[in-house]
Amino acid sequence: MPNKMQYGGNHKLIGKDYTTLDLHAKVTGQAKYAEDYRAEGMLFCKLALSPVPHGRVRKIDATEALAMPGVKGILTAEDLPAPADSIDDNGRVIRANTRGFRGLTNEPLFQGEPILAVAAVDELTAAEAIEKIHIDIEPLPFAIDPIETLRPGSPNPRTEGNIWYRPKGQPGQPPPQLDVRPLKWTQADFDAAKDGALPMGEVPEDSGVVWSYGDVDAGFKNAALILDETFVTPDTSHQCLETRSAMAYWQNGKVHIHTGTQSMIQTVPAVARWLNIPPENVVVVSEYTGGGFGSKITADISLIIPALLSKKCNAPVMMRITREEEHFIGRARPSMIGRVKVGFGKDGRILALDMFTVCDTGPYDAVGDAASSGRIVSLIFQPQAMRFKGLTVMTNTPPRSAQSAPGGMQGIVFMEPVLAKAARKLNIDQVAIRRINAPEGKAPLGPEVRGKRAYATSAFIKEALERGAEEFNWKEKIARPKRSGTKVRGVGVALGCYVGGSIGFDGLLLIKPDGHICFQSGIGNLGTESVIDVHRVAAEMLGVPWEKCDVCWGTNAKNVPWSCPSGGSQTTHAMTRAAYAVAEEAKKRLCEIAAKKLGGSPENYEVANERVFHKGGGAGLTLAQAAQEAVKMGGIYDGHEVNPDVNKFTKQSVAALAGQGFVASARDKYAHDGQTHSYVASFAEVEVDLETGKYYLTDFLAYADVGTVLHPKALGGQVLGRSTLGIGHAITQKWIMDPEYGAMLSRRFHHSKPPTILDVPQNMQWAALDIPDPETPVGSRGIGEPPVGGGCAAVLNALSDAVGDEVFRRAPVYADTILTSLEAGRPMQQPLTAHI
Amino acid sequence: MSEKPAGDVKNPKDAIKAVSRRRFIQGVIAGGAGVSAATYLFRASTPSSAASTGDRLITINVNGQDRRVDVMKQETLAMTLRYKLGLTGTKIGCDRAECGACTVLIDGVPRYSCSTLTHTVRNAKVLTVEGLASADGKLHPVQQGIIEEQGFQCAFCMSGFIMATVAFLEKNPNPTRTELAHGISGNLCRCQDYDKILTAMMRGAEIMREQKHA
Repeated sequence: MPNKMQYGGNHKLIGKDYTTLDLHAKVTGQAKYAEDYRAEGMLFCKLALSPVPHGRVRKIDATEALAMPGVKGILTAEDLPAPADSIDDNGRVIRANTRGFRGLTNEPLFQGEPILAVAAVDELTAAEAIEKIHIDIEPLPFAIDPIETLRPGSPNPRTEGNIWYRPKGQPGQPPPQLDVRPLKWTQADFDAAKDGALPMGEVPEDSGVVWSYGDVDAGFKNAALILDETFVTPDTSHQCLETRSAMAYWQNGKVHIHTGTQSMIQTVPAVARWLNIPPENVVVVSEYTGGGFGSKITADISLIIPALLSKKCNAPVMMRITREEEHFIGRARPSMIGRVKVGFGKDGRILALDMFTVCDTGPYDAVGDAASSGRIVSLIFQPQAMRFKGLTVMTNTPPRSAQSAPGGMQGIVFMEPVLAKAARKLNIDQVAIRRINAPEGKAPLGPEVRGKRAYATSAFIKEALERGAEEFNWKEKIARPKRSGTKVRGVGVALGCYVGGSIGFDGLLLIKPDGHICFQSGIGNLGTESVIDVHRVAAEMLGVPWEKCDVCWGTNAKNVPWSCPSGGSQTTHAMTRAAYAVAEEAKKRLCEIAAKKLGGSPENYEVANERVFHKGGGAGLTLAQAAQEAVKMGGIYDGHEVNPDVNKFTKQSVAALAGQGFVASARDKYAHDGQTHSYVASFAEVEVDLETGKYYLTDFLAYADVGTVLHPKALGGQVLGRSTLGIGHAITQKWIMDPEYGAMLSRRFHHSKPPTILDVPQNMQWAALDIPDPETPVGSRGIGEPPVGGGCAAVLNALSDAVGDEVFRRAPVYADTILTSLEAGRPMQQPLTAHI
Repeated sequence: MSEKPAGDVKNPKDAIKAVSRRRFIQGVIAGGAGVSAATYLFRASTPSSAASTGDRLITINVNGQDRRVDVMKQETLAMTLRYKLGLTGTKIGCDRAECGACTVLIDGVPRYSCSTLTHTVRNAKVLTVEGLASADGKLHPVQQGIIEEQGFQCAFCMSGFIMATVAFLEKNPNPTRTELAHGISGNLCRCQDYDKILTAMMRGAEIMREQKHA
């Protein structure tokens, strides 16, 4: 539903709705996504995928295939460049992981892993060639269940083991490469866990995450109620509607890659790392991206294979990824198993929390979900004392990656049902128990390190919870009779939280001699509109009407600045700061130009209404005149000199823009006390049919605490869109695998169905507090992640309100679970087993 | 569809049909064959492959124009539109009639072009998102509604949603939000921006009614 609130206060652009500059091309079908590009002589490429979850390629015979007319080349693991160490912005060496996901392999570690790729004049020919290639694979032992790999004597997913660990480093040397070894728990660990509880075996400190704060044992001693529950969250493929297709060609030693990526400029060094070439030789084109949700943050194998094949065949290569291939290589949120023992005071306050999680990362690099689950839980529920252990285990299943609120969503889903149960047992209102545990202001988070804990920049979530409850008619809803015939209603509330922004990136703008302003944007265009929205901050500060502004985005060939990766809800926070910085820099330099031209000191000038003029009236220049003067003056004013603060990518772009008008660049160096997080209070109502087990979501509201609202309609899309992403985890989405053969059965949308327009209420509600965060100049924080955990948990809590606490122990909740559990009087889901 | 249990095979010919999924996968693994997708393939119009494609020159009417095009027997309309006629506004999200990103109108009826063979539309009128705005660039009311309400996020699903909505509103000019949601429920938005999409499409319906009355 359209939001009724007015945002933006006295601002002209900040907090106001407008039409984004990319929308006309989208509605007319002119917007070009990766697969919409063509190049003369373009070849098509197909992949040969592993049929086994773990095996060794003994021999590849491609003679017959390569002899076919129209087949132009083959790429195998031998053709991949060796993974190279890289150096970050601060000069630190980042050790390459030689055992990470590389794209093609001779030891496939999951079913569907690409072994080789063939380029041909068309796809049918490439596919026929793939059929004619004889791949001799020796099957090896495999493991698809993370808990089973921890049993004594169980097979390992990799020949070396099932966990990553970091060997001890030498002082003064870069940290050593990660290594793999086996970890097995004892039979006694498994025997000690009863009734489907997660066994709590060893979590080695060089592999897992182990921390604590406060006196946990004392907390449990003082508790009026102790609950100890295990919950399982599903694996969910990102299922971007645009599969990760890409087209690449080489020209003058540079690789040009057309792809869909969440982050524009950040993809350039990432491609360079994968291909082991200098970033100067990489051109990435990504004007529109058909969804990401964490699976397209920068470069991945889908860009690298066509790039390498193109070089080998000396022709452009398009690799279109099918929906089934997307389910193999398109990444997924990892399933996590969480056991939380929570001690509550009589008033519902969490006095002690013992949290133990196991995360299934697939066969390659470890995702960070386990670590962030503990950190987010410690912030959003503020336990007085907490012990956390998180273990990440490898399996022969498709590789995972971050998905909106990675780990935070799972942590919230472990905690929220327990909070709901405690409120019922202690006879406390569900809103009240969340209010008493919610963070406020600079709330502490994470472990105690040398006597200190980190803290958030701000939190106003208690206010969002109260206002949300009012808007949702919480009191009226809980007072209504629940049962009506075979139908029973339930309401649920949940808190969502995740990190909401990074710092330290660059802004870059050009004022042309005609007075028009062009904001250079290195942000990816993944649909959130932050690629355009953040620049309205600078336009407002410079007093330029939006009609005279343009935003240049979509490729590093257009000279864009160093911007944050668009992942983890960083962009709105990081890039409004960068926009603020470049606007301040531009103002300062424009005043200098005016003082030089018209006399006096720069401090006597100000910038407003498209002019730079003497304070209190008098002489001035239009921005057009100032831009003309900048070109005459040169140096720092037209980009011939560059602000030394900015990143090397920004410096290159400034140099390329030099002389075109007034050029300003700046890095965000504003103070920032605390870690930026955003929050949401989510409310859901469900109606369950006790005869069929089928349930519907009948009402939903998300009330967000995201700092200053930048673009209300785009924010609403994020709040409700990501809420619904979370709801999918509660109602329908999961992986199913064949345990005997390690085969993935969830290969298409309908095997792990994302919510459709009929799965959500036709009048979903959202609102935002619009209270600025005190630790950032504009006050805006990011919002992509927090609604996911809130959306999922609110629906789960509404379900348990309707049908009781002893019905489900894992998500998603299907109708058959509700029916069979109600009939049996206990949860009828098999606990712990993965991928069922 | 009736399925015989694997142990109940009298006629040897039925044995093939009765192979269980597991035995099938076992067979695949033993044979060492790759998991390759047999669909979603595009054949160049001048193949140098030895295999004959059986291309046939046909005429189809797309966005009001007769277009002459070589198509294979098994070629889908989505592939013809995107790869032979340059109309890339129609997207392929699943290639198997699950997501609706490829929806176009065939004689005014919304159809998944990924699951429609091109040779079956020879005598029909095909409308894609590129043909919706008028010649002078004036947007269709449904497109205008999206502009006004900032509908959709990544927009990969957008052209399919637009075409489904246009067809639905032609027959149901004054729907409720729920009716419209049912009308366009064959389309999937993975950004899950359904609420804003519905608002934008309802605005489009309103503009359509205003223009009819004017």
